[in-house]
Amino acid sequence: MVVSIEPPVTKTKPTPVVEREEITVRFAGDSGDGMQLVGTQMTNTSAMFGNDVSTFPDFPAEIRAPAGTLAGVSGYQLNFGARKLRTAGDTVNALIAMNPAALKTNVEDLEQGGILVINDDAFNPTNLQKAGYKENPLENGSLERYQLFRIPMEKLTAEACKDTGLTARNIARCKNFYSLGLVYWLYGKSLEPTERWLQDKFGKKADVLSANLKALRAGYYFGETTDMFSVRYLVPAAKIAPGRYRKVTGNEALAMGLITAARLANKPLFYGSYPITPASDILHELSRHKNFDVRTFQAEDEIAAITSVIGASFAGALAVTGTSGPGVALKQEAIALAIMTELPLVIVNVQRGGPSTGLPTKTEQADLHQAIWGRNGEAPCCVLAASTPADCFHMAMEAFRIAVQYMTPVFLLSDGYLANGAEPWLIPDPSKLDKFVVKHPTTHNDTDHFLPYKRNPDLVREWAIPGTPGLEHRVGGLEKRDITGDVCYEPDNHDHMIRLRRQKIDNIAKTVPPLEIYGNTNGGELLVLGWGSTYGPITSAVERCRSKGLDVSSAHLRYLDPMPQNSGEILKKFRRVLIPEMNLGQLRAHIRATFLIDAIGMNKVQGKPFTINEIETQIGSLLHQQNGRKS
Amino acid sequence: MSTESSVIQLTAKDYASDQDIRWCPGCGDYSILQQVKKVLATVGAKRENTVFVSGIGCSSRFPYYMSTYGFHSIHGRAPAVATGVKVANPALDVWVATGDGDGLSIGGNHFLHTIRRNVNLKILLFNNRIYGLTKGQYSPTSPLGKKTKSTPDGSVDYPLHPISVAIGAEATFVARSIDVNVKHLEHVLERAAKHKGTAFVEIYQNCNIFNDMAFEYATSKETKDDTTVFLEHGKPLIFGKDKKKGIRLHGMNPEIVELGGDIKEDDLLFHDEKQVEPSLAYLLSRMHFPEFPEPMGVFRAVERPTYEDMLMGQVDAAVRAKGPGKLEDLYDDGETWVVN
Repeated sequence: MVVSIEPPVTKTKPTPVVEREEITVRFAGDSGDGMQLVGTQMTNTSAMFGNDVSTFPDFPAEIRAPAGTLAGVSGYQLNFGARKLRTAGDTVNALIAMNPAALKTNVEDLEQGGILVINDDAFNPTNLQKAGYKENPLENGSLERYQLFRIPMEKLTAEACKDTGLTARNIARCKNFYSLGLVYWLYGKSLEPTERWLQDKFGKKADVLSANLKALRAGYYFGETTDMFSVRYLVPAAKIAPGRYRKVTGNEALAMGLITAARLANKPLFYGSYPITPASDILHELSRHKNFDVRTFQAEDEIAAITSVIGASFAGALAVTGTSGPGVALKQEAIALAIMTELPLVIVNVQRGGPSTGLPTKTEQADLHQAIWGRNGEAPCCVLAASTPADCFHMAMEAFRIAVQYMTPVFLLSDGYLANGAEPWLIPDPSKLDKFVVKHPTTHNDTDHFLPYKRNPDLVREWAIPGTPGLEHRVGGLEKRDITGDVCYEPDNHDHMIRLRRQKIDNIAKTVPPLEIYGNTNGGELLVLGWGSTYGPITSAVERCRSKGLDVSSAHLRYLDPMPQNSGEILKKFRRVLIPEMNLGQLRAHIRATFLIDAIGMNKVQGKPFTINEIETQIGSLLHQQNGRKS
Repeated sequence: MSTESSVIQLTAKDYASDQDIRWCPGCGDYSILQQVKKVLATVGAKRENTVFVSGIGCSSRFPYYMSTYGFHSIHGRAPAVATGVKVANPALDVWVATGDGDGLSIGGNHFLHTIRRNVNLKILLFNNRIYGLTKGQYSPTSPLGKKTKSTPDGSVDYPLHPISVAIGAEATFVARSIDVNVKHLEHVLERAAKHKGTAFVEIYQNCNIFNDMAFEYATSKETKDDTTVFLEHGKPLIFGKDKKKGIRLHGMNPEIVELGGDIKEDDLLFHDEKQVEPSLAYLLSRMHFPEFPEPMGVFRAVERPTYEDMLMGQVDAAVRAKGPGKLEDLYDDGETWVVN
């Protein structure tokens, strides 16, 4: 279909194309401007073309903050590359700002000389005032450091869509696709995947479909015909393992991992949860898959969520709750009950900025101590942390594997960055996944009765479930006598049970894969140790430093309690250990306490992830100091 | 493996565990335990399919004394634990033992929401109007002015009325009985056991250590006929030693009238436990001693689909519509691409 739009300036010769290894683009606009939508489209298109992709959305906690204000700005950052990507990009190469507020809150992240595409129509006095600009930044020279492109997107969209029959108001809502079309042209992307998506989405609303298609193409043809842009950029396809892929966010991958575990075990999946940002999408995702015998229960509060999960586990379901830090704080008494009754269940904590309500939509890693230590009494449970969005799939299955094999609650830590960030996921072949066999006893384990706390050599009791004749038993939160489970307040028994519960958790380490070193496996000057979502920036920073010849390696903990059995041995192979964390040093404290290693902290608690540069600089500075001292 | 419970008619004592009962001698809980066991025998409950869930407090030791499956959970949370049990395995018969502190104070939220969902649970609330296990503080059902260890000058909290609360939370079955009236208690518990949906039973239970005689007005031979009125579906509300007193509606309010003379039975308020609208049940729940005799029996018993039936209905419908979930289909949801 040919869409005719008069270009403002007619091109005299084709725009030259420059090849790049990777590009980072950010779309920023009002939360109602559809920035997440076009960002997602750009991601899918890049991935289908063969780029590696990594994305991170950044949206406000307010659903619809007043239009045009700083509080209402929503952004979506995409890094697409011809090589393996592990983060959504440090600095932005191109920023698309749909209004003054979006410009103000995002322009600092744009690289010097970067492309700044502005929706010129939105820079009116009202919007400038809402964004707190005293004068128009497009006209006072303050943006001289960037390549500024002022494009009247609203007028051009209106022109393109004038014959669609839509109202002016609805046409204005298509301007996000105009901006997307322009970006597609700038990076040599095909319109086809997005056109297909629009067909699927709006096939039944001819006028909306037509307007969005026209806006998309008009944006593309604007690039094609204008002389404004001196170069276009092309990022070749990356070398990626062959196979079929889809894009997953951490929350999607986590939900699929939970369902997969339940399906492999041939069990119902019970998910008890109370809505909380940024974990709610797991509840939404799971509730769509009831044909997998997923039973979702939106509880009246966080405590009901975890206690219903405890009940479901007692009754034999694979049971899991999901929440964020404030919810975990409310659940802790009940988690200790699960520890005391030794029932298998999973607690997903999608961490966000704290304390208290904190920064609901921003990321942080400050709940590690809450997971390991945050209960009354000596209450150990297993703590895992996913390292990438796709890793959430694997770790969700791991969490259930350990919970059932060791009859214990298992914490699975994710965070806002993993939950909402996306990356390509090599779709697994279900027939090749590890088997997951769950056994319930049906006969007595003693001469003539059932002993609920009789243990196997790993100190694990049996999971006998209601409905089984002859195995009727009682569990509860009171201290119990070993083996029989009868209520018991005797001093020696209590001491014994406290140690036994800890030992059982320590035994899990036997089944945990060893910690791996990326870099010098024999050890060396500096090890960068991470956990959770810092995997991306740490690994990329170490990769860069190593390519410059620096003696630095990295290791990443996905098992925090217990840690892999070789953790201490690995840490001691290095003269120094650096631990970057989005908290004030929680893993560092744990490592110091466990191994007496004086690890160095690198701490950032800004609600946003580390950049590769930040870690690279810190590594450089540590090794430089060292070299200085040596010489 | 023991399977006799599935073929042999059990008696009350078959539901007793081997644990020593640690309630104070003379506690009303003993009677409740005994009547529950009798009712389980009557309804032919299988031990392996029966689960007792409790929170914290004297009443919550209940599961330890039963030979069924049992869960002594944490303070106030028993209805939520029980909901999880029931949703994970709807075939189980799940009972909750709770008290006025456990169920209405720390666990008030779960109490409300479990009842409104109509999860098929039996909730027995042992109301002794005091905190017993923490040794004698006032509870949410203690009367205004009650002097306790924590209220030496008398409580300044207005009490709440469990039956009114349950009705406000859209309960489908609401009843009240009293520990010492064993026949009535057994009858009410049997009705609860047979109800499909959340069955809430408030049981007046005497704590002879910290709140002795709290229900003396409703139990002593001298006063009980005048201070209680027994509800029977379709029958007029008549009470008093000589069955000469009745409850009549005066506009929107109940009033006590003497039968005889101009006033006949037909003029009295007739109980209807099946009214869809709970107004009558609520009105009855507001009758308190000393102004009125307190109603005993089933206030309300209506049918409504249960939470777990509706949830499993959605699961079944999804399986019918899409087939049993295949992981291949789960992973393929959305856009995919192939790298060669």
